[in-house]
Amino acid sequence: MTAVAPTAKDFKSDQEIRWCPGCGDYAILKQMQKVMADLKAERHNTVFVSGIGCSSRFPYYMNTYGFHTIHGRGPAVATGLKVARPELDVWLITGDGDGLSIGAGHLVHTMRRNVDINILLFNNRIYGLTKGQYSPTSEVGKKTKSTPMGSLDTPINPLQVALASEAAFVGRCIDVDGKHQQEMLKRAAAFRGTAFLEIYQDCNVYNHMAWEYATDRKIKAENIVVIEHGQPLIFGAERNKGIHLDGLKPRIVELGNGVGVDDLLVHDETDATLAYLLTQLRYPDFPEPVGVFHAVERPCYEKAVAEQIAAAREKKGEGDLKALIHGGDTWIVE
Amino acid sequence: MPAATPKPTESVTSATVRFAGDSGDGMQLAGTQFTHTSAIFGNDVSTLPDFPAEIRAPAGTLAGVSGFQINFSSRDIHTPGDRVDALIAMNPAALKSNLADLVEGGILIINVDEFTEANLKRAKWDHNPLEGDTLHAYRVYEVPITRHTMEAVKPTGLGAKEASRCKNFYALGMVFWLYDRPLDTTLGWIDKKFSRREEIAEANTLALRAGYSFGDTAEMFSVQYAVTRATLPAGTYRNVTGNQALAMGLVAAARLSDRPLFYGSYPITPASDILHELSSYKHFDVRTFQAEDEIAAVCSAIGAGFGGALAATGSSGPGIALKQEAIGLGVMTELPLLIIDVQRAGPSTGMPTKPEQTDLWQVLLGRNGECPLPVVAAQSPGDCFRTAIEAARVAMQYMTPVVILSDGFLANSSEPWKIPDVDGLEKIEIRHAVENNNPDGNFLPYLRNERGSRPWALPGTPGLEHRIGGLSKDDRTGNVSYDPLNHEKMIHLRAGKVANVADSVGPQPVFGEPHGKLLVISWGGTYGPVRTAVADAVDAGKSVGHLHLRWLNPLPSDLTEVLDSFERVLICEMNSGQLQLLIRGRYCLDAAGLHKVQGRPFTVAEVAERMDAMLEGQA
Ligand code: SF4
Repeated sequence: MTAVAPTAKDFKSDQEIRWCPGCGDYAILKQMQKVMADLKAERHNTVFVSGIGCSSRFPYYMNTYGFHTIHGRGPAVATGLKVARPELDVWLITGDGDGLSIGAGHLVHTMRRNVDINILLFNNRIYGLTKGQYSPTSEVGKKTKSTPMGSLDTPINPLQVALASEAAFVGRCIDVDGKHQQEMLKRAAAFRGTAFLEIYQDCNVYNHMAWEYATDRKIKAENIVVIEHGQPLIFGAERNKGIHLDGLKPRIVELGNGVGVDDLLVHDETDATLAYLLTQLRYPDFPEPVGVFHAVERPCYEKAVAEQIAAAREKKGEGDLKALIHGGDTWIVE
Repeated sequence: MPAATPKPTESVTSATVRFAGDSGDGMQLAGTQFTHTSAIFGNDVSTLPDFPAEIRAPAGTLAGVSGFQINFSSRDIHTPGDRVDALIAMNPAALKSNLADLVEGGILIINVDEFTEANLKRAKWDHNPLEGDTLHAYRVYEVPITRHTMEAVKPTGLGAKEASRCKNFYALGMVFWLYDRPLDTTLGWIDKKFSRREEIAEANTLALRAGYSFGDTAEMFSVQYAVTRATLPAGTYRNVTGNQALAMGLVAAARLSDRPLFYGSYPITPASDILHELSSYKHFDVRTFQAEDEIAAVCSAIGAGFGGALAATGSSGPGIALKQEAIGLGVMTELPLLIIDVQRAGPSTGMPTKPEQTDLWQVLLGRNGECPLPVVAAQSPGDCFRTAIEAARVAMQYMTPVVILSDGFLANSSEPWKIPDVDGLEKIEIRHAVENNNPDGNFLPYLRNERGSRPWALPGTPGLEHRIGGLSKDDRTGNVSYDPLNHEKMIHLRAGKVANVADSVGPQPVFGEPHGKLLVISWGGTYGPVRTAVADAVDAGKSVGHLHLRWLNPLPSDLTEVLDSFERVLICEMNSGQLQLLIRGRYCLDAAGLHKVQGRPFTVAEVAERMDAMLEGQA
């Protein structure tokens, strides 16, 4: 245990970081180490689990416990760990390929079970580690090494997958927006249940500028809208635009000329339908929301497992091995 | 039960009975009851349930036939019997698919009510076997079982459908009379099982008694058979199936090592019963997890093992194939993990309810890279208990995944099991790392002990924070390393560790002659027929020994000497020679093989015939 308050440095492992210079992963790692220190997290009680991919190297760089598993299977490993050891803080690091392609099934089931872990999905819309094939979040027509004539598959929207999987906490943030990211990481850390956070991450080698519209200082204010519970959706460099709901259709409106803040859509984290609607706001037609889309606590899986064990013990008493193996009809041979 | 004139009783050493009917006829239940009664009566018993993979194949068809075979004896037995002495055929389909196994002159009880034109057609009989001389070689008893049952249960006022469902108890009653068995065990069971449905309890009781009385009073049966008690070792016994014993063994291992049991599994025949059993043992702090697929099942167990649980996953061949990459992760990260493979006939979906031993290569060799792990195979239903404990001990003490091989036959068949003394079971000592083992810096998660095993340092332990993963890792520090010599060194270290398991397993004793003409080797479920055949041969003065290999990896350290003690070696397995290839390759030995890949166990006669041929120099 750290006697004095931990600093971000305490969470840096002794391992040399092997991401490409300029990779968005660095920014996320830095924010995580800062957040861990701010939260006074205990290194020994924290575990980072990951699958395979550039992002999945993350656990090696955190001076906590860590498990770099196999492609797509991080959620299952994390689930087993959490069920075995509910008191640990378990974080899962995954990417768009790891989490939404090869491991999509595990991601879905972990979220619907509501295992109390935090899932960070680094979305760079490309396969980085395998050197540049299109990913499940790549836009249609993406030209890559494996799709010289452009990709054909419609991309998956990670947040919609999360909502469809009954995820209790669904959020989005951006690698280079450090302050907001810290806030989101802290929200996720505080949440009891599966917290799913999509992080826009720049792969500056194979898909540089994929998120330019959301990160370039000159234009990002027009292209993202920060959502907050109970607050109207306002955006724009001048903060003069908002999202108005016309029936179930969102529209961009300009404030003024008889349009006031009261006419704008007000965010409500507890409303899953609204959360889904917000996931449909996509660039370039709309500014893309960042923040917590949805957060409603419900019973956690590992807790329920423990409760059933307690209930069984209450009802049948602590298991008696002798009684167990003598169960059923027995007879004595003399 | 008073009989008009007591019928004569003929004494026999053992008998094999098979109940066969439609899968809706309750044959498994009748068989299980007969087994319990015989075991409690004091016979040694071995059973072979045989049911279709389809939940409800169309009634009356060959695909829908369900059977249950019981071999009961006044001697020590290891197999459910090669041939059937008495066959109960509840319909034409059951007759058709089982008749070939009935011995000549055997008892054939037929429910004639079901031999209608339509049923004969469904069973693909081109004539009515009750007419003509199809059955002339057998002692045929044509009994209107359905009608008699309906008649017997009339007082309960049950509807026709429910009333006719009691016919399995009528048939059971008849066979109970035939083999002079008491009714009380089954009567007690009926009362308990149907305590909330008195009319059903009443009806089944009436049917059972009516069947018994019919045997006793009808002119039809002229003789009763008596199979006297066996002289089994003293102790308390129960019947147990392999899957039950395996589940209890896992619970026992968790207790002996003082940690929670985590079982991650995905439903698959014939392994699902282990999941079912364990999920009812929650008061033992058993945490069962029905995963979304086979891969998640094994991965969740790996996570639980990392966290310090006794972690296990169970499946059958197709599921094991899916788990292999993750098992490799377990080998690479050197975490304790039990993988249970209840083998079934393959490849692909194969025959889900039928046993084979065709996964040996898969579990030994079926992963990418050089990826050795210990493999142990259970030899009988009751032996699954001890096997689970042994495997758990090795997994945790050597920090390695361990495969437990069972098969569809062991899983579902039952035998009287001498219940072990719980207090006499050896504790599984585990010492977790609690202190930094490196005075010069960070904790070394891959520093090895005398067994070649690394420390099991659990998350939550201050000062031992470390990272593990599937990438090649540096000796001692566990840091990612692509150094070629280190990579090779680690491969040797892991293999050496697995080889060391042989020290804790010890030599494997040879049964029968310690040296001589022929050594017969078995593994897993082939133990029963091989042991029986060799015991008979030894009794007959033949120069034969039996080596049963429990551990398939590592093999016993004294195996070379054992093999050298015999002129010839015969390896019996329910595959096309998987162990045979390994033994031939490793020991440069011209071992012969007896192979059977039919989804059913060897008969004793098949083993004996081959042994004799080899002894006589004809094979
Ligand atoms: S390939 Fe892309 S995602 Fe991977 S480390 Fe390099 S920049 Fe980052």
